[in-house]
Amino acid sequence: MEMPAPDARVMARKARIVQRLQEAVPSGGVIHDPAETRAYECDALTAYRCPPLAVVLPSSTAEVAAALKVCHEEGVPVVPRGAGTSLAGGALPTADSVILGVARMAQVLEIDTASRIIRVQTGRTNLSVTGAVEDLGFFYAPDPSSQLACAIAGNIAMNSGGAHCLKYGVTTNNLLGLTLVQMDGTVVELGGAHLDAAGLDLLALVCGSEGQLGVVTEATLRILPKPEGARPVLIGFGSSEVAGACVADIIRAGLLPVAIEFMDRPCIEATEAFAGAGYPMCEALLIVEVEGSDAEIDEQLGLITQIARGHDPVEVREAASADEAARIWLGRKSAFGAMGQLGDYMCLDGTIPVSALPTVLGRIGEMSAEYGLRVANVFHAGDGNMHPLILFDANRPGDLETCEAFGAEILKLCVEVGGCLTGEHGVGIEKRDLMSVQYAPADLEAQMRVKDVFDPRWLLNPAKVFPLGASAARRAG
Amino acid sequence: MRAPADEAELAEAVAGAEGPLAIVGGGTCGVAVAGEPLSVAGLSGITLYEPGALTMVARAGTPLAEIEAALEAEGQRLAFEPPDFRSLLGTDGEPTIGGVFATNASGPRRIAVGAARDFLLGVRFVDGTGTVVRNGGRVMKNVTGYDLTKLMAGSWGTLGVLTEVAFKVLPKPAASGLVTIQALSPERAVAAMAAALGSPFEVTGAAHLTETPGDVPGTMLRIEGSEASVAYRLERLAALMAPFGNVAKSNGADWARVRDLTFLEGGDADVWRLSVRPTTAAEVVARLPEGARVLLDWGGGLIWAAVPPGTDVRGAVGPLSGHARRVRGGGGGPRFPPEAAPVAALSAGLRAQFDPRGILNPGLMG
Ligand SMILES: Cc1cc2nc3c(=O)[nH]c(=O)nc-3n(C[C@H](O)[C@H](O)[C@H](O)COP(=O)(O)OP(=O)(O)OC[C@H]3O[C@@H](n4cnc5c(N)ncnc54)[C@H](O)[C@@H]3O)c2cc1C
Ligand SMILES: Cc1cc2nc3c(=O)[nH]c(=O)nc-3n(C[C@H](O)[C@H](O)[C@H](O)COP(=O)(O)OP(=O)(O)OC[C@H]3O[C@@H](n4cnc5c(N)ncnc54)[C@H](O)[C@@H]3O)c2cc1C
Repeated sequence: MEMPAPDARVMARKARIVQRLQEAVPSGGVIHDPAETRAYECDALTAYRCPPLAVVLPSSTAEVAAALKVCHEEGVPVVPRGAGTSLAGGALPTADSVILGVARMAQVLEIDTASRIIRVQTGRTNLSVTGAVEDLGFFYAPDPSSQLACAIAGNIAMNSGGAHCLKYGVTTNNLLGLTLVQMDGTVVELGGAHLDAAGLDLLALVCGSEGQLGVVTEATLRILPKPEGARPVLIGFGSSEVAGACVADIIRAGLLPVAIEFMDRPCIEATEAFAGAGYPMCEALLIVEVEGSDAEIDEQLGLITQIARGHDPVEVREAASADEAARIWLGRKSAFGAMGQLGDYMCLDGTIPVSALPTVLGRIGEMSAEYGLRVANVFHAGDGNMHPLILFDANRPGDLETCEAFGAEILKLCVEVGGCLTGEHGVGIEKRDLMSVQYAPADLEAQMRVKDVFDPRWLLNPAKVFPLGASAARRAG
Repeated sequence: MRAPADEAELAEAVAGAEGPLAIVGGGTCGVAVAGEPLSVAGLSGITLYEPGALTMVARAGTPLAEIEAALEAEGQRLAFEPPDFRSLLGTDGEPTIGGVFATNASGPRRIAVGAARDFLLGVRFVDGTGTVVRNGGRVMKNVTGYDLTKLMAGSWGTLGVLTEVAFKVLPKPAASGLVTIQALSPERAVAAMAAALGSPFEVTGAAHLTETPGDVPGTMLRIEGSEASVAYRLERLAALMAPFGNVAKSNGADWARVRDLTFLEGGDADVWRLSVRPTTAAEVVARLPEGARVLLDWGGGLIWAAVPPGTDVRGAVGPLSGHARRVRGGGGGPRFPPEAAPVAALSAGLRAQFDPRGILNPGLMG
């Protein structure tokens, strides 16, 4: 993955830039010793690393604005950072860039359960947002698997999703307002505790813009009352294709589970070895969760299992207790960790129309044989957001490249069947050069014109999202 | 009136325009913009409907009625409940799906499921230079690049002319029910609605009517789902509401009055829509001019107010945790709320990029 060469003029001014940043952020938190900046050299896409020039961890919106102003004046590229769990290289620095992290800004600013909102500083982790309102009977719905670690900052920048998005939507559907600091230090308030935009929906534009339009320091989030109860059912199938067909039938029947998760045999085997959740050994399984009172749950699960039985399931396992429910989720929740035990893997994130699931799963199997790399599938099936995990060996020369080529083929297939390159992880550097598979030059140009408005000098996270060739002229300016 | 028959013709019309264009879908919103009318009605028809994937794609000029009929046949619907304001605005014509998304038209169920913008999955549009742009797609989850799709929702044709929209649809539940509470003050009504919306019973409508056929203010709470589930939750919700006053429950629910504001049809009052933090609703209502006719929707988050023509509603209510827009009438300041300087600068910057000649519905939004 190519990154632009660092600007030698900027690097030569490191001492001066660091000094000015220290003045701008009087609370401390400027890191410039190479031994320490190394901790920020990558995010969760660990194949790519580069220590930044310096790291700034401000403790207020005012300090963020002051730091950005310095970088703007000095012409230094800035890479915003939350918790660094991006799987797309969104928070990967270049050697001439300053990492601006919001990790020291993690406070709850306001909770108003009568208006069903919480306002937080964006360095707060996803799970601790729910933690702050749980005792009041509420929760924050978007639940990325990384929720223990990832920050609301990254969630907003990537428009992250999670298992329960089928019912509750992704970040953008649960974000009501935010404070954004532009590259030149201008502080902008968008939205608030009300439901819709006064004028153009700039909030929607900022959500998912991957740190390229501004640094988000505070957010007003929608919180929801906790359901009376929730219960999953696990259904095992003789083939991935049949499991895929069952998903479409459940949705077609007008049932709206909160989650429909999918795992195939390689993934089931790995998680069983790792977590021992007691899953049946079968070609594919679905975990379907519904919510409500006990009777409501019984009714919905009854209908779902009835549909499943039309697809010759090898096993239907309803959770009869909280403990059994936890065991059903245990395997799914440990899937990524389990795959990590098998070796290196690349996690893809394409989305396809649910109706294309059987075809695409079949094609991925064939391609796996062609490329000679194993693939495990674990994903949010209800909304067609696939996560094929391609296993490779980083120490074997050429394996990473083969894996990337295979991954690109899968993503092209997703686009071909009417889907997209990424459903929740973002483009970052990882899918940057594939953008032209999904979008024509005019489509990309329209998006880049948005960045021209928010960040005319293209200093914020500049070498991400758009193919380097497409953004070259703007980045040079 | 220009009425192109397809996207290519529409793009040509925009590229070749020598002056301002007034974009028209069904024309039912009746807002007059100076410029040559450009109709999208010629771009009509559903191009893809996959009930099993809960998605539909349609050309922007497709009549809403045609979309709703196709969905009805499959037991599905537009869950965000777009209102029909023809009687309120005294207009006729057929609302189009493009007009619905261009104005982010969303009804009472918005409180539970989201607005039109939350259901919009992808768009094709022609920008002010006549260039065709595509964004998003037709899948539920898509973070590939910037979300111009949601930006187009509610942009009122000022950034581009929508030519095709892809959107999510939802199954229509088998049953619905209603809990009503009578004679509450706006303050108590907002508290009751907050309690209902803060309960696990999945309330999909929460409105407070100050004018009812029976002349007694009524607070309405809607529940939807399977027969058994609705029966259960009606019971539980009614019990939860009991401390607030005189509670009644019934099956089925007629929300047209709330959704379409039919009680405000006719007359010369200006109609305003205030989007506010729900807990401030009662205060805001109290500051409206004497004689204002009011309906609270979205648990108090949306205030509809009919006031004497020319009333300066923004001046009367003072600084809001939210904003006020005029939907009917011509007085009392600009139709769309003025924005803070940094926000206005960004909006103006976007318009300059997408419509450099300033020819798309100029001046409509600011
Ligand atoms: C094991 C694992 C499981 C995961 N599961 C999921 C999942 O289920 N669903 C999902 O959607 N994602 C998932 N992810 C991906 C990742 O956790 C999300 O993208 C997350 O939102 C990133 O948050 P972060 O705070 O770590 O952001 P970072 O990695 O720090 O940054 C991500 C992007 O956000 C930008 N950014 C960060 N802070 C700001 C800010 N303050 N202002 C503006 N831009 C900013 C960065 O520049 C970067 O482009 C997973 C990752 C891992 C490692
Ligand atoms: C001032 C005003 C405020 C309103 N606010 C709300 C509201 O907050 N919530 C709500 O639910 N309903 C609202 N409505 C009603 C809503 O506008 C209509 O329900 C809907 O627009 C009707 O569709 P139509 O095809 O008749 O639109 P039209 O009346 O033809 O057009 C409505 C607006 O959308 C633009 N437009 C139409 N088609 C396209 C297209 N294809 N591409 C780009 N732009 C297009 C038009 O230029 C015009 O500005 C409002 C109406 C008015 C007059």
